[in-house]
Amino acid sequence: MAAIAVRLKGITKRFPGTLANDGVDLTVESGTVHALLGENGAGKTTLMNILSGRYQPDAGEIVVVGSSVRFRSPKDALRSGIGMVHQHFMLVANQTVAENVALGLEAPRFLLHRGRMEGEVRRLADTYGLPIDPHARIADLSLGEQQRVEILKVLFRNANLLILDEPTAVLTSGEIAGLFATLRRIVREGRSVIFITHKLEEVMEIADQITVLRRGRRVADLTPAEVESRRELARLMVGREVVLGVDREPVPIGDVVLELRDCSGSDRQGHRAFHHVSFAVRRGEVFSIVGVAGNGQTELVSAITGGACFTSGQVSVFGRRVRAGQPFAEERVGYIPEDRTGTGSVAGLDLTDNVLLTTYRRLSRRGLLRRHAARRQTEELLARFHVAAPGPHALARQLSGGNLQKLILARELSKRPRLIVADQPTHGLDIGATVEVWRELLRQRADAGILLVSGDLTEALSLSDRIAVIFRGEIMGVLSANDSEALAEIGPMMAGVRQA
Amino acid sequence: MTLSTLIFVLSITIQSSMAVLFASIGEVFTERSGVLNLGVEGMMLVGALSGFATAQATGSLALGVLGAMATGGLLALIHGAFTITLRANQVVCGLALVILGTGLASFLGRPLIGRVGVRFLPWPVPILSEVPVLGPVLFVQVPLVYLGYVLVPAAWFFLFHTRPGLNLRAVGENPAAADTAGIPVARTRYLWTAFGGALAGLAGAYLSLAYTPGWKENMTSGQGWIAIAMVIVGLWNPWRAALGALLFGCVNAFQFTLEARQINVIPSYILRMLPYLFTISILVLITRLQQVRGRGGAPASLGVPFERER
Amino acid sequence: MMRPRLERRLAPSAAARWGGYGVAISLALGMGGVVFLLAGADPVAAYAVMARGAFGSLHDVSEVIVKAIPLMLCGLAVAVAAKIQVWNVGGEGQLVLGGIGAAGVALFLHPYLPSAAVLPLILAAGFLAGGLWALLAGVLRAKLDVNEILTTLMLNYVAIFWLEHLYFGPWRDPMGMGFPGTAMLPENAWFPRLPGTRIHPGIALALVAAVLCQVALSRTRWGFEIRVIGESPKAARYAGMRIGRTILWVMFLSGGLAGLAGMAEVSGIHYRLQQGLAVGHGYTGIIVAWLSRLHPVGIILTGFLIAGLLVGGDQLQTVMHLPSAVGLVLEGTLLFFVLGSDVVSRYRVRWGAPHP
Repeated sequence: MAAIAVRLKGITKRFPGTLANDGVDLTVESGTVHALLGENGAGKTTLMNILSGRYQPDAGEIVVVGSSVRFRSPKDALRSGIGMVHQHFMLVANQTVAENVALGLEAPRFLLHRGRMEGEVRRLADTYGLPIDPHARIADLSLGEQQRVEILKVLFRNANLLILDEPTAVLTSGEIAGLFATLRRIVREGRSVIFITHKLEEVMEIADQITVLRRGRRVADLTPAEVESRRELARLMVGREVVLGVDREPVPIGDVVLELRDCSGSDRQGHRAFHHVSFAVRRGEVFSIVGVAGNGQTELVSAITGGACFTSGQVSVFGRRVRAGQPFAEERVGYIPEDRTGTGSVAGLDLTDNVLLTTYRRLSRRGLLRRHAARRQTEELLARFHVAAPGPHALARQLSGGNLQKLILARELSKRPRLIVADQPTHGLDIGATVEVWRELLRQRADAGILLVSGDLTEALSLSDRIAVIFRGEIMGVLSANDSEALAEIGPMMAGVRQA
Repeated sequence: MTLSTLIFVLSITIQSSMAVLFASIGEVFTERSGVLNLGVEGMMLVGALSGFATAQATGSLALGVLGAMATGGLLALIHGAFTITLRANQVVCGLALVILGTGLASFLGRPLIGRVGVRFLPWPVPILSEVPVLGPVLFVQVPLVYLGYVLVPAAWFFLFHTRPGLNLRAVGENPAAADTAGIPVARTRYLWTAFGGALAGLAGAYLSLAYTPGWKENMTSGQGWIAIAMVIVGLWNPWRAALGALLFGCVNAFQFTLEARQINVIPSYILRMLPYLFTISILVLITRLQQVRGRGGAPASLGVPFERER
Repeated sequence: MMRPRLERRLAPSAAARWGGYGVAISLALGMGGVVFLLAGADPVAAYAVMARGAFGSLHDVSEVIVKAIPLMLCGLAVAVAAKIQVWNVGGEGQLVLGGIGAAGVALFLHPYLPSAAVLPLILAAGFLAGGLWALLAGVLRAKLDVNEILTTLMLNYVAIFWLEHLYFGPWRDPMGMGFPGTAMLPENAWFPRLPGTRIHPGIALALVAAVLCQVALSRTRWGFEIRVIGESPKAARYAGMRIGRTILWVMFLSGGLAGLAGMAEVSGIHYRLQQGLAVGHGYTGIIVAWLSRLHPVGIILTGFLIAGLLVGGDQLQTVMHLPSAVGLVLEGTLLFFVLGSDVVSRYRVRWGAPHP
C-alpha cells in the first residue's frame, strides 16, 4: 500500500463571478507522477494554488502525510514540503539565478556570500542533471532554462511534492524529454509530482495516475492503463462527444490578399526572431501558422500588422506594398490580437467605445464621432453574435473572456474585411465559445482570406486549408489539410525536423 | 583660481549636495521596493520645521534630528497607507502630500520665522582634516555630512550583499515572485517607504540645522524634487545617486561663488536657474543613455500596487 | 478570525462614489477642526469666519469668482493632460510664461498695433507662450520618454526666476520708484471689469474652455483617441493611433490653458508683471482637477469652491490672526480623503472566509 503524500478533501473556491473549485477531492501517492487534466478554466491552476499556499480555500481540508494543515502563504506550504512551479515563472528578471534560488530561504539570515551561494546552486543543478549557470541573469536565459531555475528553487527547499503547471507549453520536444527524465529521477527518490496539463499525449507518457477536472469539479480518477482511448479522455475533459472538427465545406479560392516575400525580422531586444518567411494567403482559404509558443509567431504577426518592422523582405496587402511599421487598423482588414484584454479591448471603456476602437475613423464625420450610429451598431453586433452583456454602456471589464472575444470578433468582422488575421482566437475559451468562433471564421471565407496563428493543432486542423509550421523563426514546411500523410509530419516539424 | 578658492568651492559643493543626497538615498530604497513617493519635498519641509522646532524646544540637536526623521517617516507612512493598502494612485498621493506638507509647514512654522536657534557647527576630524586640500574639503564639515559619507557605501552594501536588501529588491521587481517566496510584500514596502521618508526628514533637518540654519517658508526650494530626479539619474544605485547629488552641489557651488564674488557676467536670476536646468539636462542625458544601453532601468514594479488574489 | 480584504468591483459604483464624497468632505472638515484647535482657535467660529468671508456678501462672492478664474483654467490644464496619463505639474510655470508672453507683446508691440487688435493678440500670445513652455517637457516625454513630472516641475522654477529676472531687470519700470515690476500695460491691453467688482472676461474664458474641453473629450475623434490612449496605450497602438503626436498636442493645449490663466491675471488684475503672479495657482489646479475627477464641468464648480476656501482662509488671517496657509492644509486633507474614498468606489470590502 503506497504512502499517501497529500490528500485534498472537498476544496471549494469562489472568485467574483465564478466558482473555480467545487468540492474537489484529490489523493496523491508518494513516488508517483500525478497528472491533473482538464480544459482551460477547469480549475486546475486554482486548485494547485490552494495546495501550494498561494490562495486560501473557501471550504475544504488539506492533509499532508496524515495531518491536517492550513497554509497561510506559499512559505507555509514550502515548510510542509510542497512547492509549485508556475506557468508564468515567478522569477526576478533583473537578478541572477543564484539570487533567485536564494530568495526566501531562511539562511543565511543577513549577509549573503555570493560565491558560496552560486557553488551550492551549481552542485544541486548537477545532481539533477539541470545544466545552468548560477551567475547568469534570468533575463538572458531561454524559457527552458528559466524553467530549470524554477525547478531548482523548489528542489533547493527540499520539496517532497512538486507541482508543475503546464510545464511543456514553452519547451521544444528535446527539452520535454529532458524534463520528463528529471521528473522520473525526482520521483525515484520517493518524492511526488503533480503535473497540470491539458495535453493528452503527455499524460499518457508520464503519468502514473490521472485526475480529470471539468468546470471546477473532479469527474474522474484513473491510471493510464485504465484509459481506453484518447477520445475517451477528451470526452471526460469536455463533457460530451467531442466534435474534433467542424463542418468545413469547400469554398472557391480567390485572389491573393496577403503575401510575404522573404521576410525577416527581430524581437524587441534585437535578436533575430524570424527569417526568410514567404507565403501567400488567398481569399476563401484559411491559412494557419502553427508552432510551439516562442518560435517567432508573435514577432511575425506584429510585423505583419504593423506593430514592429521587418528588417528585410516585402509584405503586400491586397497587392499593395505595406510600409514598414504602418499598422492597418481599418481598410478592410480585421485583426484579432492574441491579448484580448490588454490590446484588443480597453477594459475601462464601455462596449460602444470598444466597438469604436478600430472603426472610429469610419464612424466619424468632420472630426465628430457619430455616437448614436455607433451605439446602434454596437447593439446590433451584440445581438447578432450572441454576446452576453448588459448593454452597450457596460464596461468591457464586465464581460467574460468568451463574450469579450466574440465582441472583438464582431467588431473586426463589421468592417467587412477581405483579410482577417486571427492570433490565438480561441485561447482560454470554453468549447462552446470556441466552436462559435470557428464557425464564424469559416463563414468569413466567402469574402476574406484568413491568416490563423495558433498553438492548438486541433484548431488548425479543423479550420485550415493549408498549414505552415514555424520553428525557431523559420517556416519548416507548408502542408495541405487534405494530405493526411503529410499531416503526420506536423509533430516532428514543430520540433525542428524539416520535411524530407 | 587660487588654491583657497578651489578648496572653498569644493567644500561648498559637498555642503550643497547633502540634502539632496540624503533624500535621494532614501528615495532609492523606497522606489526599489516598488513604491513611488513623490512627496519627498513635503516631507523635507516638514522635517526641516520639526527638526528646528524640536531642537529649539529641547536644546538638543540630536533630538532635533530624530524629531525630523520621525515626522518625515510618519508622513511617508500616510503615503504608504493610501498607496499600499488602499491602492490609490501613487502620483496623485505624492503630490497631495507635497501640498499638504508645504501647507502644514507654512501654517505651523509661522511663529518660528526669523528665530535664531541651535545649529550644527563644523567638527574637524582629527588627523584626516590635516591632509592637504582634501582634508579641509572633506573633513571639516558638520557631523551630518560625515553621516552622509557612511550612508552611501552602507546603502550600497545593504542593497546588494544582504538578505533584507535582496528581499527589498525582489519586492520592487516582481512582488508576485517575492510573495510566493514568502516575503511579506506589503510590510516590506511600508518599511522602506517610511525609511525613505525618514531620510527626507533628515535632509530637511540638515537644511534647517546646518546648511541654512533657521526656518523660512519653502526653504527646500525644490531640492526634494531634485532628489527624486537624482534617483533616476543614478539608475536606482546609491553610488550614482550620490554622484548626481554631488554634481548638483557643484552647480550650486558655482552659482554661489559667482554671486558671492559679485562676478556679474551672468545675471543673478539666470544663475539661480542653473541647478534646475542642470537637473533637466542630466535627466534627459541619462534617460537616453539608459535606453540605448537597454539595462538598469526602473524597478519593474515601480508604482504598481500589488494584489495577490486575481 | 475574519480579516477584511479588498476585492475589485467589476463596475464602479456611482452610489459609493457620491457617498464617498460625502464622507470625505465630512472627514476633511473634521480634520480642519482639529487643526484649528491645535492653533488655539474655536473651530466653529473659524469656519463661520471663513464662510462669511467667502460668501457673506455679493462683493465677497465676486472676489471668490476672481480668485477662481486661474484655478479653473489651471485645473483644466492638469485634467486635459491627465486624461492621457501625462502629469502636467508645470501649471505654475506655464501660467507665468503666459503672463510674460502677454505682457511682453503688450508692452513692446502695442505702438505698432491697431488698438482693437491688442487684446486678442495678447490672448493668443499668452496661450502660445504657455503652450510652448509645456511643449518643452512634452517633447522630452514623447520622444525620449523623460519623466514629465520632473521636467515640468523644474521648468516651474526656471519660469519663476525668469519672471523675476525680467521685472527686476530688463523690463523694470524706470519710473517705478524702486517698486519691482514692469511698467503698467497700456489701457487697451486691460480686460474690462464688471462694474463694482474685479470680475473680468477671464471667467468667460474659463467657462468656454471647460465646455469646449468636455465636448472635445466626449464627442470628437481626437477626444476619443485621448481617452483610449489614457486607458490603454497598447490598445491605442493596436488601433493605429499615434500616441507621440497626441501627447504633444495635449501638452500644448494644457500649457496653453495655464498660459491663458497667466494672461488673464496680468490683463485683468495686475495690469503689469510683478510679484504676486506666481502664487501657487498651478499647484492648486492639480487639486481642483483631481477633486473633480478630471471632469471639465466639475472643475468649474470645484474651482469656485476651492477659491471660496482660499478667500475664507484670507479672512481667517485678517480676523482671527491665523495663518492663511490653513486653506492649503484643508485642501490637502480634502484631497487625501477623496483619494481614499475613491478606493471605496473601485473596491468592495470582503471578509475573509472563516476557517473550518
